[in-house]
Amino acid sequence: MAHAYTPGLKVSSQTIFRKERRLPLKGDVLVGVGDSVKAEDVIARTELPGNVQTMNVANKLSILPEDIERHMAVKVGGWAERDEIIAETRTFFGLFKSQCKMPVGGTIESVSGITGQVIIREKAIPVEVNAFVDGKVVEVFENEGVLVETAASFVQGIFGVGGEVSGPLKVVASSSDEVLKPDKITADMAGQILLGGSLITIDVFNRAREMGVKGIVAGGIGDADLRSLLGYDLGVAITGSEDIGLTLVVTEGFGQMTMADKTFDLLKSKDGAKTSMSGATQIRAGVIRPEIVIPLDGATAGMSEDLTESSSGLAIGTPVRVIREPYFGAIGKVTALPPELQMLKSEAKVRVLEVEFDDGSRSVIPRANVELIED
Amino acid sequence: MSKDPEKIQSIIATDCGSTTTKAILIERTGDEYRLVVRGEAPTTVEAPFEDVTRGVLNAVAEVEDLTSRTFLKDERILSPKAGSDGVDLYISTSSAGGGLQMMVAGVVKEMTAESAQRAALGAGAIVMDVIASNDKRQPHERIQRVRALRPDMILLSGGIDGGTTTHVAELAELVAAADPRPRLGIGYELPVIFAGNVDAREIVKDRLEEKTSLEITENLRPVLERENLQPARLKIQDQFLEHVMKQAPGYGKLLDWTPVPVMPTPAAVGSIMQLIAKEEGIDVVGVDIGGATTDVFSVFGDVFNRTVSANLGMSYSISNVLAEATVPNILRWVPFDVDEADLRNRVKNKMIRPTTIPQTLEDLMIEQAMSREALRLAFDQHKLLAVGLKGVQQERTISDTFEQTESGATLVDMMALDILVGSGGVLSHAPRRVQAAFMIIDGFRPEGITQLAVDSIFMMPQLGVLAQVHPKAAMEVFHKDCLIRLGTCVAPRGSAKDGTHCVDVKIERADGSKEEKSVNFGDMAVIPVPVGEKAKATISPTRRFDVGLGNGKEVHTEINGGVVGVIIDCRGRPLVLPEDREERVRKLTEWNKALDVYPEI
Repeated sequence: MAHAYTPGLKVSSQTIFRKERRLPLKGDVLVGVGDSVKAEDVIARTELPGNVQTMNVANKLSILPEDIERHMAVKVGGWAERDEIIAETRTFFGLFKSQCKMPVGGTIESVSGITGQVIIREKAIPVEVNAFVDGKVVEVFENEGVLVETAASFVQGIFGVGGEVSGPLKVVASSSDEVLKPDKITADMAGQILLGGSLITIDVFNRAREMGVKGIVAGGIGDADLRSLLGYDLGVAITGSEDIGLTLVVTEGFGQMTMADKTFDLLKSKDGAKTSMSGATQIRAGVIRPEIVIPLDGATAGMSEDLTESSSGLAIGTPVRVIREPYFGAIGKVTALPPELQMLKSEAKVRVLEVEFDDGSRSVIPRANVELIED
Repeated sequence: MSKDPEKIQSIIATDCGSTTTKAILIERTGDEYRLVVRGEAPTTVEAPFEDVTRGVLNAVAEVEDLTSRTFLKDERILSPKAGSDGVDLYISTSSAGGGLQMMVAGVVKEMTAESAQRAALGAGAIVMDVIASNDKRQPHERIQRVRALRPDMILLSGGIDGGTTTHVAELAELVAAADPRPRLGIGYELPVIFAGNVDAREIVKDRLEEKTSLEITENLRPVLERENLQPARLKIQDQFLEHVMKQAPGYGKLLDWTPVPVMPTPAAVGSIMQLIAKEEGIDVVGVDIGGATTDVFSVFGDVFNRTVSANLGMSYSISNVLAEATVPNILRWVPFDVDEADLRNRVKNKMIRPTTIPQTLEDLMIEQAMSREALRLAFDQHKLLAVGLKGVQQERTISDTFEQTESGATLVDMMALDILVGSGGVLSHAPRRVQAAFMIIDGFRPEGITQLAVDSIFMMPQLGVLAQVHPKAAMEVFHKDCLIRLGTCVAPRGSAKDGTHCVDVKIERADGSKEEKSVNFGDMAVIPVPVGEKAKATISPTRRFDVGLGNGKEVHTEINGGVVGVIIDCRGRPLVLPEDREERVRKLTEWNKALDVYPEI
């Protein structure tokens, strides 16, 4: 009777992490299989044609369209900066001049002798994809991107907001249950990813944003604060493209939640290590969880993909964490798995298990309300 | 399926919901089929499994444990039988794909794109993003957005009939370039619905037919001043049912296991609802409230309507229920003080840990308060869409557009309705049946005299698919083990001051015993009438109230009993709860006590 259980989120001190990186449009892949890449390295690039602007030069210079060609100072295909003169007329032996200046920097794409229009193409817009994580390129998708692989410590969050960032990990909370105060965020934390404790408040978030912090990992966030942060009520958990100034990953849930010791201890041991983090979350079939990746030094050879993956079901002695009130966040070991249904305080009859918490107390919990902790 | 139905002795049927996978074992004993046992397990669409069949195996393993028999071998369901092990037939339904998250695209943000958004919202989708030719984003930004969001479906509109085709072509090219990778795996083509300029149909076909599952329907904005959203909405619902809902990681494997096609859950439940209407010759409204979606069904006369609100549910979509209903509307059903921040955190935690269940009574009450709003919103949406035979257009003029109202009268007539049937975890697993009755009443607000019923253990989906291959087994189990008659709700239409005399109800039971209750406005009462019994009833509303024949008109009828009995709901229709918080809590507590809804805290 140990089949109905919720697997825990992945927290691995070492695993092989792989990430696909693709351009939105076809372009050039700048690296090859076997190349070492840094998180911030551009691995593929393409260019979008710049915006087009039109200008009726003939009208501006008060000349006939058919005369425009000979007055152009910059010819078709030529580049001119903003405010640079691209066409000019002189009258009265050069005493009076009319000039036409570039409204933006761009290339002269065409000059019409019929309408007098000049078409200016602005600078091409580069579209780039970086590697997200320090590692090695193990596969190239032609004209699209690559697969990057690295040996890493890996933590899955339960929920996040904001996009991909990378930077050194900075341990700010001294314990997994600490509630960070804004004054703990200092200017020297710019560009870093901070490890908080049990709660990130809107004040701390705002302070971190002011200080140029790139990301924060914490146990929980209040939904009211999340709403203020986003400016709207989140209907379904689909995130990752919020423009909120920094990326936030919570490991436990909503409200003040002590971060699981395993997660906190692992991240704490990586103080100063270069870390890549993504807040993208999609909780639906085909789930995406936020991720924190800390590449390990040294070779990846011989390392299996999931060293700590051992979900073997519930049994007596299995370490579990409660994931719903009234014991939310409490950690203990399974001491009994009674097969018969039992009545809860809500009067619902469900399958339960008995848990002995770390302080020695025991409680009966619905099986649906615990998740496994991988040892 | 080739097996002679007469030879089928044992059946396992599963329903893979977005949150929970339910397995039932049905066996023939003597001449009848009965439910033997039920097992359930969390649906396994998340890592590390990402395979819906794992949840099926886990749920069937629970059945094995409960029966001490063997139904699994080599990581699959043993069918056909081998000796005493396994079953003769395995069938399944699925809604594991969860809710519907769409992107919509139109030429002008404030015009066709906005109409497209309204069409999608009205069809019960969550709109993840609106792409428009004038949304000031670069093409690559739009493409990146499509790829990152992995929508389940795209509604492409644009151009009034005879208008621009260039911009529509650009939008189609953009979707083609994004080459979206759907979240549900290989072999799945992204449904794209084109509801734009008729002149652009060929252009869109050229660009998208190869890459997507393209459907073309009427322009949702044929002329500037008129919207025609209904065809697009119905098409969205069809496509969702066929292409999105039942899909999930591992779905292909599940298809291999069963000799009959896996049915989408709402199709299966819909067929059961139609069966009830047909067998008893009555008008039915039914609901299946799940984790990601809430499906509402109605049969009025011969017209069957089904809507799937893929944005309303009790786990994956619960936060959207809060967002759409708003906090005050949730809290109005909670009979104690709850801090808004606490409520918000509870709801979000349920969203991110969808398989958990309430352990405390308070938690249960909050979840049941959420369900009332989910039911109300889903039913509102159903009324909006259930406006006639499919294909009959409902058009809006530009002034309606600004008013945000719908024209077209709904087919749903609450006074004419005969029975309300509820299914889904929160209703079927409510610890007391009266809780289910109360949630259904508050969510749907029946008027006059309406029977209430609930799915006993949430197995209508499985019986729906079973009815396709073995109607006898399905109907026997349905009547004997599935449908729980809760009783009848008597709800006079009208309003008055609290304490004003509202209705007298006289009941004469089959055994000759009589009971009479006089109920004032603002109160609720219950008269027990056992299951399976029809009692004679005389219902006399006072002059401001109507129970079916007009204001003040007495009704003599036969009334159906049930596990709850006859519920007399004199809170008025339309139902308005007290504004004052203290007064509201007092009234809620009073009603709960009158119906014995919760244990004493």
